[in-house]
Amino acid sequence: MTDAALSVSAAPDARSSLPVRALRAVASRLVIIVPYAWLLVFFLIPFVIVFKISLSQTAIAMPPYTPVLGFGEGIGGFWSQLKELSFENYLWLTDDPLYFNAYLSSVWIAGISTILALAVGYPIAYGMARAPTALRPTLLMLVILPFWTSFLIRVYAWIGILKPEGLLNQLLLSTGIIHQPLVILNTHTAIFIGIVYSYLPFMILPLYSSLEKMDYSLIEAAQDLGCPPTSAFWKITFPLSLPGVIAGCMLVFIPAVGEFVIPDLLGGSQTLMIGRTLWNEFFANRDWPVSSAVAVILLLLLIVPIMIFQSAQARAQEQSK
Amino acid sequence: MNPTWSRFNITSVVLGFAFLYLPIVLLIIFSFNESKLVTVWGGFSTKWYGSLFRNQGLMDAAWVTLRVGVISASVATVFGTLAALALTRYTRFRGRVLFSGMVFAPLVMPEVITGLSLLLLFVAVGLDRGFLTVTLAHITFTMCFVAVVVQARLMSFDRSLEEAAMDLGAPPVKTFFQVTLPVIAPAIVSGWMLAFTLSLDDLVIASFASGPGATTLPMKIYSQVRLGVTPEINAACTLMIAVVAVGVIAASIVNKRREFQRQRDEQAAQRG
Repeated sequence: MTDAALSVSAAPDARSSLPVRALRAVASRLVIIVPYAWLLVFFLIPFVIVFKISLSQTAIAMPPYTPVLGFGEGIGGFWSQLKELSFENYLWLTDDPLYFNAYLSSVWIAGISTILALAVGYPIAYGMARAPTALRPTLLMLVILPFWTSFLIRVYAWIGILKPEGLLNQLLLSTGIIHQPLVILNTHTAIFIGIVYSYLPFMILPLYSSLEKMDYSLIEAAQDLGCPPTSAFWKITFPLSLPGVIAGCMLVFIPAVGEFVIPDLLGGSQTLMIGRTLWNEFFANRDWPVSSAVAVILLLLLIVPIMIFQSAQARAQEQSK
Repeated sequence: MNPTWSRFNITSVVLGFAFLYLPIVLLIIFSFNESKLVTVWGGFSTKWYGSLFRNQGLMDAAWVTLRVGVISASVATVFGTLAALALTRYTRFRGRVLFSGMVFAPLVMPEVITGLSLLLLFVAVGLDRGFLTVTLAHITFTMCFVAVVVQARLMSFDRSLEEAAMDLGAPPVKTFFQVTLPVIAPAIVSGWMLAFTLSLDDLVIASFASGPGATTLPMKIYSQVRLGVTPEINAACTLMIAVVAVGVIAASIVNKRREFQRQRDEQAAQRG
């Protein structure tokens, strides 16, 4: 960490006296150290604690778990505690089909929502990328704006629209399209709508940025050579926008798997999603060890998509340099 | 080369924006509804705004939320800008992979995991849950968003400007404050605003990290929404949207002015 920082700061002021140089070296290292230390303490270490508590046992106390793996009794005590570690919470998770089903249906719901968001977002991003250049910043701003309004509010807005006596049913009934109110609220359909709606900007933005960079003369060349528009799209446009597709899908899929607010407000009581299961274990059952185990497994489940997202980010960084 | 903007393109953009905006517009309209039934129009009225301001619980929560938002966004902006500088300026240091991982992972991390892990940290070190813990939690997850926004600006930054300043004898710290900072200032401002709105908005992480006496507005709204949809909540939401909209518009006007000023300066410089 220190070598690069030192060489960068030391080079331009070789004339300065030693204490000044040393001070500057420290200052330029602080640029790295301050955020690094903060993220270590508040992001990485908490995960270690979650893992630790997932191996402990529930107790009626505050905090409600039996302490494990402390160095309070020295190294010897640490070793004897290591033997007492229980994987009971994980066994419990595999025993009860509730958890397995919750994981499965979370991945399933998030997957379908991601595909729907891609299907809805792609034409919008494509249309934006084809818009007159002067109009594009405004369109971009219009996509980002809803992101500034509260997530909770946007989900809440859909309750009024989707409920049986809500605005959508009123509209459809009064125009005579349907004669019975549709039941949408508290079904999976409502969750799909909620996720697609809430995460749509995350899908559109990366799609737009990769579509905008595309060289349109490629399409014209293909058309000149007799390639029909549809196959030109699938053979040229779509493959070229693939980085945006991957980034957009990951930005929607990963948070959607652990989503709590949308299934809770739009999905009704019978919807099983793991974010909600974790919330209930924690707040309703006060079972901290089990909710920690749920979180650890959820994280393991998401590691592969997160790695894909990270490497896509790293590649985008390399390209823009 | 200007590709054609076909009718299909226009339709999909218009429909897309209708989908994005209609729910919010409806929510705002029904906050002015006379009727207590949220979805039946009973005439124009602002009475729900009045009852909102008399609702002491909501007002207290709004005040807590505002303070948490301002403090956490300000600290997160400093840390996030530092993180962005570290990522763009120091391409090689020990643990850089871990560092960039820690900056990007919170962007997609499900909130329930972040919330739970922070709570367990606070309990482990014996920190009482309340105002301080919510603020710490918000700094942590919003600084990563600031880092991404500022980093994007730093990447397109013309480093020859800095080199010129240093060649003319400006020390690095002075160069940073007089050359780099003014150029990336718009990104820092939008980073702050993003951090502020994310903090204003957050329900899940706040629910885990908060304790008695530090109920935030989203927590309050959530507990009321569970009991049923009321015009009063619509009014609260509309006010939150208004606050953010005014902020965003003000920021974009300031940015435009600066941009205009910069262009004029450049032209003046070229004319010499």
